[in-house]
Amino acid sequence: MIERTASTAESRRSKWSLKDFFLSKKVVPYVFVSPFIISFLLLFLYPLINGVVMSFQTILPGQTTFIGMRNYERILNPTFFKALSNTTVYVVLTTVILTILPMVLATMLNSKFVRFSNVFRASLFIPALTSTIVAGVVFRLMFGESESSLANTVVGFFGVEPMEWKFGAATGMFLMVLLCTWKWLGVNILYFMAGLANVPKELYEAAEMDGAGILNKFRHITLPMLKPITVYVVTITIIGGFRMYEESYVFWPEGSPGNIGLTIVGYIYQQGFRMNDLGFGAAIGVVLMLIIFIISILQLSLSGTLKKGE
Amino acid sequence: MKKRSLFVLLFSMLFVLLAACGSGGGGGGGGGSENSEGADKTEVIGSDSKDATELTFWTFQELHINLFEDAVTRWNKEFPDRPIKLKAEAYPYDNMHNNLLLALQSGKGAPDIVDIELGRFPNYLQGEPQLLPMNEYVDPVRDEFIESRFDIYSKDGQNYGLPTHVGATVVFYNKEIMDKAGVDIDSIETWDDYIAAGKQVVEKTDAVMTTLETGDYWSYWPLIKQQGSDFFDENGKLTLANETNVKTLEFMHGLIHDEKIAEITPGGTHHEEEYYGFMNDGGAASVIMPMWYMGRFTDYMQDLKGKMVIRPMPKWTEDGNRSAGAGGTGTAVTNQTEHPELAKEFLAYAKLSEEGNLALWKIMGFDPPRWTVWENPAIKEDNKYYQYFGTDIFDTLLSIKDEIDSINITEKNPLVQEQLSTNVFNNVLRAENQSPEEALKEAEAAISSN
Repeated sequence: MIERTASTAESRRSKWSLKDFFLSKKVVPYVFVSPFIISFLLLFLYPLINGVVMSFQTILPGQTTFIGMRNYERILNPTFFKALSNTTVYVVLTTVILTILPMVLATMLNSKFVRFSNVFRASLFIPALTSTIVAGVVFRLMFGESESSLANTVVGFFGVEPMEWKFGAATGMFLMVLLCTWKWLGVNILYFMAGLANVPKELYEAAEMDGAGILNKFRHITLPMLKPITVYVVTITIIGGFRMYEESYVFWPEGSPGNIGLTIVGYIYQQGFRMNDLGFGAAIGVVLMLIIFIISILQLSLSGTLKKGE
Repeated sequence: MKKRSLFVLLFSMLFVLLAACGSGGGGGGGGGSENSEGADKTEVIGSDSKDATELTFWTFQELHINLFEDAVTRWNKEFPDRPIKLKAEAYPYDNMHNNLLLALQSGKGAPDIVDIELGRFPNYLQGEPQLLPMNEYVDPVRDEFIESRFDIYSKDGQNYGLPTHVGATVVFYNKEIMDKAGVDIDSIETWDDYIAAGKQVVEKTDAVMTTLETGDYWSYWPLIKQQGSDFFDENGKLTLANETNVKTLEFMHGLIHDEKIAEITPGGTHHEEEYYGFMNDGGAASVIMPMWYMGRFTDYMQDLKGKMVIRPMPKWTEDGNRSAGAGGTGTAVTNQTEHPELAKEFLAYAKLSEEGNLALWKIMGFDPPRWTVWENPAIKEDNKYYQYFGTDIFDTLLSIKDEIDSINITEKNPLVQEQLSTNVFNNVLRAENQSPEEALKEAEAAISSN
């Protein structure tokens, strides 16, 4: 009898201590952030360090040797610059299109004059749920080079000759940007709609009383109030653009004619896996990381996001 | 209001994350060792009995599975005490080679037996090859094979890959179109004859004479090899921009833009859906490809059955070669297999034995690398290739047997293939913004600086 009470008392005490542990203000924060810390260490920091180390090596099964800066010396070649210029053009185009278009569309969808706006919202968002690869295969068929392909039939209405979409530099870039825009437009619209919901109605009412038109209201109220969202959208679009790979892969799985679709990540893949040169691939990856880092810092500091107190 | 917008934002973030994760798996590298989801075709062949040893086999060409299906069936009948259950998986070309590279690099997840395409084989010979040497099985029969077919899959005297075919390049003519144009196919002996015939075809029919690839090198490599040239010489020195190679590329450019008897292949290569449809509808009167291309006709262009005939390539000079060996697939056993002896013995059984070489012909339509079977009466037996292309295939092959030079392979071959199929052919033949000499010189510089 006595023994039993003692044991229950003990178990109760241990239960309490467990509860205490989770309720203590010193420990709990660490418990909550631990999933992030662990995934950061395991999935980000470790591969990062390993990638930097690999970029100084040649890696073959059973024969890994340090070769100093040799991989980096090889990077500045015409193919890399082609990949860099392709990627830069792609980033500029997608950033401009995927910021302006969703902002305008979101403003329109938010206006009370547009009917069925919920239907538009949903249908614009659906592409984001599709895999780029699956969508890309459909795009590839639509933009086939035969006269009877969908895209060539459409341009045929306007008297344009059938085009070899996948084989020209301009049309190739158009295909990649189009696929990206189609896929991410809905998501960016969502961001902007969330931002618009935070704009106080009173501001518009006051502006209306002062006689401001639609354009003036957009220019002087909507645009400034959306700035935080815009900065966010621009940042993720730039980063996403620099790491773009699928949009190119799905059109040209085995290398594009004249490298019109080669991106930096595509170049990493080509050198690392196709040419069995993992060290060189890692070196390109490190360079890409530096590029993204510098551009993001520049962009964030120019837009004033990094200033203290904001 | 504020709360609701936060809710919307969080939810949209969640969707983005989910979408991002979802698309990642479908990308290039996706698919691990046990994962056969990305496979084009998976087949489990052989014994269901419990004591059957399970072996896995990867290939990049689903038609190759048929060969192993036949070999497993014969093996299980012949050696009932050592039955095999073969799990054969076909993946897209790029996918399979990259998965294999990562599996061998990391020491985990490779199959027991694998098909490796010639263009990528050098990658797997770099460093310490993670493949098992097959010399003990190759040595006894080496004399009965076209030996150069072992050399291209070898390093330091160790034979790692077993050949699939000789790869004799031929011309597949569409007899219906040629008859319509009034050309006697057998009168075409030189490339000049070929051009003359082509002009007649273009004039009298809706078809072009032939198509030339820009996304791969099968329209080019056999043509230069036929003249004794190659990308590398016997010592492994890069000869990509030599005189013959430049002239041949000029010749190809001329076929398209001056003589106007050829077109750039729809889709870029002879392995695209666009091309299969084009050819099947009588778009071109001929195509120059190695013998192994026969299977693509029987499987993907069925309307041409009975219309196609196979003839040697036209000659460049009076006593020039009428064919060239091109392409190849080396099948190898990886060092990660749990049953190395069985896997090696089975692979040798499938690809080195006389029976196996007869099967290469009967099932795949390949010109078997073991030349002793070429005169075997069994090779005359009716099969779907004879029905499709007529009964004189082997007479053609035997007539050019001594005119098939082998190719020189070095570890830089993947780079050559990449340069040719992305830059050279596109810039010279399609975009016409570089002369053949410029393009080849530039490619040569890019390859040697890599």
